[in-house]
Amino acid sequence: MGTAVWTAIDGGRLELGHGQGQGQGEAASGCWRQMRDAEGVLWLLLDQPDASTNRLDEAMLEELDLILAEIERAPPKGVVIRSMKRSGFIAGADLGIFRAASDARAVEAKLRRAHAVVDRLAALPVPTVAVMHGFCLGGGLELALACRYRIALGGASLGFPEIQLGLHPGLGGTARLTRLIDPLDAMTMMLTGRPKQARAARRAGLVDVVTEERHVAAAVRAVLAGTHAPRRPGWRHRIFTTTLARRLAAHRMHKETRRRAPAEHYPAPYALIDLWESLGGDPAAMQAAEISSFSRLLVGPTAQNLVRLFFLREKLKAGAKGGHDIAHVHVLGAGAMGGDIAAWCALRGLSVTLADTNPQALGRAVRRAAALFQRRAGGSLAARDAMDRLVPDPKGVGAAQADLVIEAVPENLDLKREIHAALESRMKDGAILATNTSSLRLEDLRAGLRCPERFIGLHFFNPVAQMQLVEVVSHDEAAPETLDAARAFTVAIDRLPALVRSAPGFLVNRALTPYLLEALVLLDEKIAPETIDAAAEGFGMPMGPIALADQVGLDVCLEVARVLRHGLPQPFAEVPAAIEQKVGRGELGRKTGKGLYTYKNGKPQKRARAAEPDPEIADRLILPLVNACVACLREGVASDEETVDAALVLGAGFAPFRGGPLRYARTRGVAETAAALGRLAVRHGDRFAPDPGWETL
Amino acid sequence: MASALDMPGSARRPVYVVDGARTPFLKARGRPGPFSPVDLAVACGRPLLLRQNFAPDAIDEVILGCVNPIADELNPGRVAALRLGLDESVPGWTVQRNCGSGMQSIDAGFRAIEAGRADLILAGGTEAMSWTPLFFRHEAASWFGALGRSRGPVARLKTLMGFRFGMLKPVIGLERGLTDPVVELNMGQTAEILGYLFDVTRPDMDRYAVESHLRLARAQGAGWLGEIEPIFDRDGAPSDHDDGVRADSSLEALAKLKPAFERPFGKVTAGNSAQITDGATWVILASDAAVEKYRLVRLARLIDSEWAGLDPRVMGLGPTRAATPLLARHALSLADIAVWEINEAFAAQVLACLKAWADEDYCRTVLGIEQALGLIDQARLNVDGGAIGLGHPVGTSGARIVLHLVHALRRLGGGRGIATECIGGGQGGAMLLEAV
Repeated sequence: MGTAVWTAIDGGRLELGHGQGQGQGEAASGCWRQMRDAEGVLWLLLDQPDASTNRLDEAMLEELDLILAEIERAPPKGVVIRSMKRSGFIAGADLGIFRAASDARAVEAKLRRAHAVVDRLAALPVPTVAVMHGFCLGGGLELALACRYRIALGGASLGFPEIQLGLHPGLGGTARLTRLIDPLDAMTMMLTGRPKQARAARRAGLVDVVTEERHVAAAVRAVLAGTHAPRRPGWRHRIFTTTLARRLAAHRMHKETRRRAPAEHYPAPYALIDLWESLGGDPAAMQAAEISSFSRLLVGPTAQNLVRLFFLREKLKAGAKGGHDIAHVHVLGAGAMGGDIAAWCALRGLSVTLADTNPQALGRAVRRAAALFQRRAGGSLAARDAMDRLVPDPKGVGAAQADLVIEAVPENLDLKREIHAALESRMKDGAILATNTSSLRLEDLRAGLRCPERFIGLHFFNPVAQMQLVEVVSHDEAAPETLDAARAFTVAIDRLPALVRSAPGFLVNRALTPYLLEALVLLDEKIAPETIDAAAEGFGMPMGPIALADQVGLDVCLEVARVLRHGLPQPFAEVPAAIEQKVGRGELGRKTGKGLYTYKNGKPQKRARAAEPDPEIADRLILPLVNACVACLREGVASDEETVDAALVLGAGFAPFRGGPLRYARTRGVAETAAALGRLAVRHGDRFAPDPGWETL
Repeated sequence: MASALDMPGSARRPVYVVDGARTPFLKARGRPGPFSPVDLAVACGRPLLLRQNFAPDAIDEVILGCVNPIADELNPGRVAALRLGLDESVPGWTVQRNCGSGMQSIDAGFRAIEAGRADLILAGGTEAMSWTPLFFRHEAASWFGALGRSRGPVARLKTLMGFRFGMLKPVIGLERGLTDPVVELNMGQTAEILGYLFDVTRPDMDRYAVESHLRLARAQGAGWLGEIEPIFDRDGAPSDHDDGVRADSSLEALAKLKPAFERPFGKVTAGNSAQITDGATWVILASDAAVEKYRLVRLARLIDSEWAGLDPRVMGLGPTRAATPLLARHALSLADIAVWEINEAFAAQVLACLKAWADEDYCRTVLGIEQALGLIDQARLNVDGGAIGLGHPVGTSGARIVLHLVHALRRLGGGRGIATECIGGGQGGAMLLEAV
């Protein structure tokens, strides 16, 4: 039918300063291109070679420094800074710089050099404009803050995600942002890491103009002509120049932060609050102190572990090589998992058919999907389009058209096998069949299939919209192309694939089960549930095992434990009789309003704890989890330590600042951790016996 | 204007109905329902397109009947085409011939394929009667306009003081829509006129209505309404059947109702009239070439269609003026028609048509045929119920009766069928089909 019109006329092009008369393009080597437009304005266009997104690094800043020197020598009418990459402005610093940093003074030296370049930009004698589209994060935003004006394109997203790496902004952002916009708004941005979209950024005063590509040239002209006065700080700034005002605000920020991130585990937010509280009235001093605060944080264990985790995430993404041809997904089973998987895929732009024999279940899935789209789709039109893509399919017609079929029916071997056989007969050639099973063996499931090479496991975690991990489960007859396509698909829907081999519990559930079972044993030893949970939370787990068991459902926990005990040679703790009785009485946890805790409005009713938990409790809970991970590594369930660490953090929420269970073991000392397990085995039973894998770790 | 009918018979290509689907028809309950006109079209269009083999750009055009589009969805035919995921290159348009819109869209598709201008067309109708707007009166609209134009506090104050509370009283769109603007009679009043002129009694009307509900209930129970696709609103509530049906309908219950349009002496009630509902229907029309290319199944062949005008005061007789020429052109008698669908706008109106066809005087003077056509066997008419039980979303019904006629013919042994309807404003439309 011919090429679509939009593509043919290059509808998505970026305005790069050509304007009416052609600017003389000077092709530069390196990252920066320079264009001088007909009005004498210099456009500095960032285009990092061999990368799809721009990142800040030393080479780019050094090159910029030379350009700034030229500008000081022969000033143009104005300077525009923008990115030539369609993906966005600048997505932050190249984190490779931060990896394995151990010398705070060396980091400080590098930072001072970088600050010098950015300060030079801020001090230029000509007006400067940053034009931002797409992602403008971290160091990229700091570069934009050093310009006099900022123009954002609709759809731009501006933020400081450093806090998620255990850091705060380190390139002058703390001082510049708190001076430019409402300091409380600025602190919230930096403490939460949540980005602002273009219009919100303009309302906050972070950008001066929001416009579309077709008006960028005119907007630049208007801004450089001075018809847009730069925002002057309002009365709120003047209040917060006083130490007293900042102290009061900081006190509240401290309280808020303590609720979510204890200072022992996450020092960065507290460092940021202290930085602002003490020096918020003196920008120069604040900027200097920012350098030393940042360096101290960077070499500390939390930041190093979180930076490592970032690279683990990138590694999981990179493992998804090649493409996938999956445009239409068919999900069978509209329960909690199936419905949410279908909704997530539709949110991410795929065409989805959701089949279930029960129309009420389909209806509930549609309602949950509508709520998800309202929250996350980005506007009512996008929500409507997502709803259009999610097709309730009571007759299961979609199976014949789908490129990927995901089965998410209840955990019953015969039921699943029957359904897989029926699906296989209707699926088109080349389509992939995936099961969301968490406890059945893939070898048993693939036994009756005509094309077992197109069959794999795709194990999502609950809730799908928040847990990024997907275990991509292989078996002895799965084809490499199928696994590759599954991983590529997982990345395409913005989840992270961990390739694991089929074994009971795969990786995450196998590691979590001893953690949960030990909590039940401790409960049986008359230790208060609040104490048990506090011990785990003190270690850094986001949710204690008692609350987690209630959340998952005691019946589900017991069933998974039974499957693992049956299928694995390692010893497991016995489930206390009292718990079996609870399940028998229907006290299954949060979903029934009562389990190990009692629930009101979905919240557990916890009593205030009497005393600090015994330090041995944390070891009793965490070490079996680590032990299971070592076993998985040894057995080849996961291929390497990094996959194990990433999976447990992203799928089970294992204390992220510790970097993952195996990283924790290495930090504590492999020999010492194995020995601790040995001691626990002597005192409490052979379920603690260290796996043979410890010797080769 | 040139039409396919001017083409020599040999140049006209056969046109088939190859598939179709509709939403359940949902009763309007005094507030806007959960689905807009395009929402309804998308809800039944998605599963229909899912079971076909064609690419998003295979359809040549999309034609959708709709009498009350909403401001957010102007040209609902095109909006629906895009939301259904059809390629941007597939043109879409919307048709308005009042109650005949859903049949007119199919007719337009039929004639385009017949003349060789297209091979594959998606045609149908949609209507969300419950969304019919309340309008501001002209005085109120002018006042708002004046307020927007007033510059400065003095001018604005002056305009504000021109406000009258009477301006707040809305015009009820549905009420005005169902009133003929030329003869100033609402549709129910035209049914009263026919009831009088053709001696249709209140018990006749109620008896017909009860039978209609029972036939619909029986068809629902027996699974004879397979063209319905279940739909879900944003709250997840499923709808999978026409919810206006009263399986417990009885003469006693209907006798209690008061006249709806002309009190206190009228005979037409809410019980023996079509209900106000929301719904959408699609059919896929194909040429032989498209059938071969996409491995489609010929369900029925569209043979002919006819549109006719008559006095708006008796618009209910439209079917007699439209279906009769079809029979004449193809030399068919009543016995040659296996199944009839006459849209049940009102029991009075359907019964009046039946009596008109059996009346020699009427046939000679009005229809121009020598003898009375005869009495249609009610066992072959609206066999699975009709608008009295499931409602008459005005833009949709024409398409619904064509689609259901196809399925009913195939279930009851094949042969020829006629779908016909009266049209507000004084028209009638009819289509002649043959099961394959």
